[in-house]
Amino acid sequence: MITEPRIIPTPYVTKPGAIRTSTGKTIRTDEMIINMGPQHPSTHGVLRLEIVVDGEIIVDVIPHIGYLHRCFEKHAEHMTNYQQVIPYCDRMDYVASMNNDWGFALAVERMLKIEVPPRVEYLRVIMAELQRIASHLVAVGTFGIDMGAFTPFLWTFRDREKILDLFEMTCGARLLYNYIWIGGLSHDVPPGFVEKAKEFCSYFGPKLKEFNDVLTYNEIFVRRTANVGVLPPDVAVNFACSGPMLRGSGVNFDLRRDDPYGVYDKFEWEVQVGKGEFGKVGDVWDRFIVKVREMEQSVKIIEQAVAALPEGNVQAAIPKRIRPDAGSEAYVRTESPRGELGFYVVSDGSASPFRVKARGPAFVNLSVLPEISRGCMIADLVAIVGSADIVLGEVDR
Amino acid sequence: MQEYLIGLVGEPLVAYVLMAVVPLVFILVYALVTLYMEMKVAAHIQDRVAYMRTGWHGVLQPFADILKLLQKEDIIPAQADRLLFTAAPFFVFVGTYVGFAAIPFSSGYVGADLNLGILYIVAVSSIVVAGLLMSGWASNNKWALLGSLRSAAQIVSYEIPSALAILVAVMIAGSLNLNEVSKFQEGGIFNWVVFGGPGPVVTKLLLTPFTLTAFFVLLTAGIAEANRTPFDLPEAESELVQGFNTEYSGMKFAMFYLAEYANMFLVSAITVCLFLGGWQSPFGSFMSGPYWGAFWLIAKGMFFVFVQVWMRWTLPRLRVDQLMHVSWKVMVPFMFVCIFAVGLILVW
Amino acid sequence: MTSQEILDTLKSLCGDAVLDAKLDVLQPWISVEPLKLAVVAKALREDPRLDFDFVMCMSGMDHNNGTLGAVYHLYSMTQKHKIVIKAIVKNEDARVASTAAIWGGAEWHEREAYDMFGIVFEGHPDLRRILLPDDYPGHPLRKDFVVPEYYNGMKVPY
Repeated sequence: MITEPRIIPTPYVTKPGAIRTSTGKTIRTDEMIINMGPQHPSTHGVLRLEIVVDGEIIVDVIPHIGYLHRCFEKHAEHMTNYQQVIPYCDRMDYVASMNNDWGFALAVERMLKIEVPPRVEYLRVIMAELQRIASHLVAVGTFGIDMGAFTPFLWTFRDREKILDLFEMTCGARLLYNYIWIGGLSHDVPPGFVEKAKEFCSYFGPKLKEFNDVLTYNEIFVRRTANVGVLPPDVAVNFACSGPMLRGSGVNFDLRRDDPYGVYDKFEWEVQVGKGEFGKVGDVWDRFIVKVREMEQSVKIIEQAVAALPEGNVQAAIPKRIRPDAGSEAYVRTESPRGELGFYVVSDGSASPFRVKARGPAFVNLSVLPEISRGCMIADLVAIVGSADIVLGEVDR
Repeated sequence: MQEYLIGLVGEPLVAYVLMAVVPLVFILVYALVTLYMEMKVAAHIQDRVAYMRTGWHGVLQPFADILKLLQKEDIIPAQADRLLFTAAPFFVFVGTYVGFAAIPFSSGYVGADLNLGILYIVAVSSIVVAGLLMSGWASNNKWALLGSLRSAAQIVSYEIPSALAILVAVMIAGSLNLNEVSKFQEGGIFNWVVFGGPGPVVTKLLLTPFTLTAFFVLLTAGIAEANRTPFDLPEAESELVQGFNTEYSGMKFAMFYLAEYANMFLVSAITVCLFLGGWQSPFGSFMSGPYWGAFWLIAKGMFFVFVQVWMRWTLPRLRVDQLMHVSWKVMVPFMFVCIFAVGLILVW
Repeated sequence: MTSQEILDTLKSLCGDAVLDAKLDVLQPWISVEPLKLAVVAKALREDPRLDFDFVMCMSGMDHNNGTLGAVYHLYSMTQKHKIVIKAIVKNEDARVASTAAIWGGAEWHEREAYDMFGIVFEGHPDLRRILLPDDYPGHPLRKDFVVPEYYNGMKVPY
């Protein structure tokens, strides 16, 4: 079926800006439309922002996405079985593949009402939290670059490398793991993993302090980020923002605690929220510090999970061909590093999914961008985009 | 040295050309050294090792980089203004290069021993602004335009506090000639203008807070004029792609780089000449003389180049309004107070 | 609130819009009149007992029987309850009232559903394609979508 393409022109704000001088005169200035991206260095991938600027002041932002659209949902429908979707989930949010795998596996497990063995639950938590640290390290490091500080970026990548080494040790891959499977894991962790994970936890704490000293509490950095891009809590909820974006606005909500899955209820940790320490609640600095503090919490979770890791099987008994009942559907959400990662899976009784919809947190978090970036400067827009921590693989899927 | 060269070659014109070539050679050698130093310093700050393969610890890498830049295709965008686009990098470089003429490298060598030396440097460095504006406008690229406008605004704003800081030193030394100012600071580290210059101890103690302030203001404003982090807004790569040099490639791009590096040394050298004794040895007459003079000036200059590199790889970038805030609302009032106080102390 | 209570409250608020409901499944859903979805959404959002302020997900659906669906997974941050709202339309007349004015989070999801399924959301502030190019022919997640042989002169199945 071919329909006529429908092209609706972009709604520009065409009113020219006006600056009033102290003598009461009005200086008229012309607006300029600039294309930021898709090859711009700080759009974190292939995001294109059409920005209308009045000098350095942003009048309007129109995000254009889809440059990295790889038809995840169409692919998922055309797989011959459910397991085959997992590698595609890896490629959605390529900075946090473990969390994506878990999200989809959990959705199918809820549909099939499968209980996974305790060792699997613990290992999944360890992997997801390690991945959360790795992903947040990328986020805060690249955010440093957006602010012009190059050094913290390389420090965070140095530390991320340790986590990738752990993953490589576990499943041979460094970026796209295909490790968490429906009903379990692809295989058990190798001997020595637990010791290495403990070693990482003790290594990481001091490094995080070093990072905070050079970037987080730097005077210039604080002035650049405090009171910039303030996202009020009601707007954040209305736009369904999630993850550090929502918590940065002071909303105490974390799916790991409020919509529990896995074994997160067995560990002691705290949900971090933005408190507006240097400016208004919900500014860029708050979103940044939430990520930094979540890494500390993740280390705490990993330490507890590693200490309590039970022995046992790493694969539940699942049918060889997964065929959920016809008409059964499940929307399952998990807390990925970027926020609420949801998979809506619908089955028609066959061996392949009838419909898979992935609700990417970055996709939704990005939709609030025009709301919070009007009236700020170009440099602030870069800060806001960086603090939203988008991964275009997930936005475009 | 001028007389010596004229005597040597006989023809004054040739001697003048030779005189002019000396800073150019210096800039080229210095740029290679700084390129290497910057990469190595950055690498060690960032917990890595940088070049290790081209020669011993990668010392040949700067040559390889230059060679690569020479081979690059020289692209001029189709919609660009070809004349201005081509001329802009030369304006930027020449604006910096001619500033070197008035820098006394040692008691024996100063390119042009001008009575108004420092005024001349402040004046000619404004040519850079024209070059940057030309490059931004001629590129026909909105990012480049924004970058060049930022740059022009920045350099013009920071010239005020830097000129005021220069005035403090000039008031104490009583001369606009940088060679004279350097000579004035004879007799060891405590006779430098930053510690109040040679004079009675009471005057020095009274002057020191103000001269120190002026010294830091001059250094900061200098870094801002050289477009280095944390003031690298004109070429903020995370905001403006590459700012004014977005569209440049090959040797034209290298010219901008060369100008930036030359400018780093120029602002360091001005600061050193005015506040830190220029070519004077910090130990009084020990290790002094024309040759040691050159060593001291270059060593002191390179130290501040190193400080700039260090800052670049440590600090984040300011925002445009904060940049203006620092210049107009912090530095300029401070400098007015300094000038007033220094004037009072000197008269008294 | 249980899903039965949600259904009852919703019926009392806008009973004519509620068509069908299935509450004994994993995730209970209520099916509503597509063109009255905005009214339902307003009731769901503004009634203090329901207070559905968070759109977890909004998906387009093709049921492969000549109908399309818009599925809203809603959550209340204050009441901590969930519900699924479905609006089912015919392929030929795929028009649903937009909820973008009530939930900002639904705006891009609705654009995506329009992009992928051709469901027109009436009253949407900016209904353009979001992931695919503006000149893409058809809506690829529909079950009757045939991959075109050429796209802008490029051969597609290579």
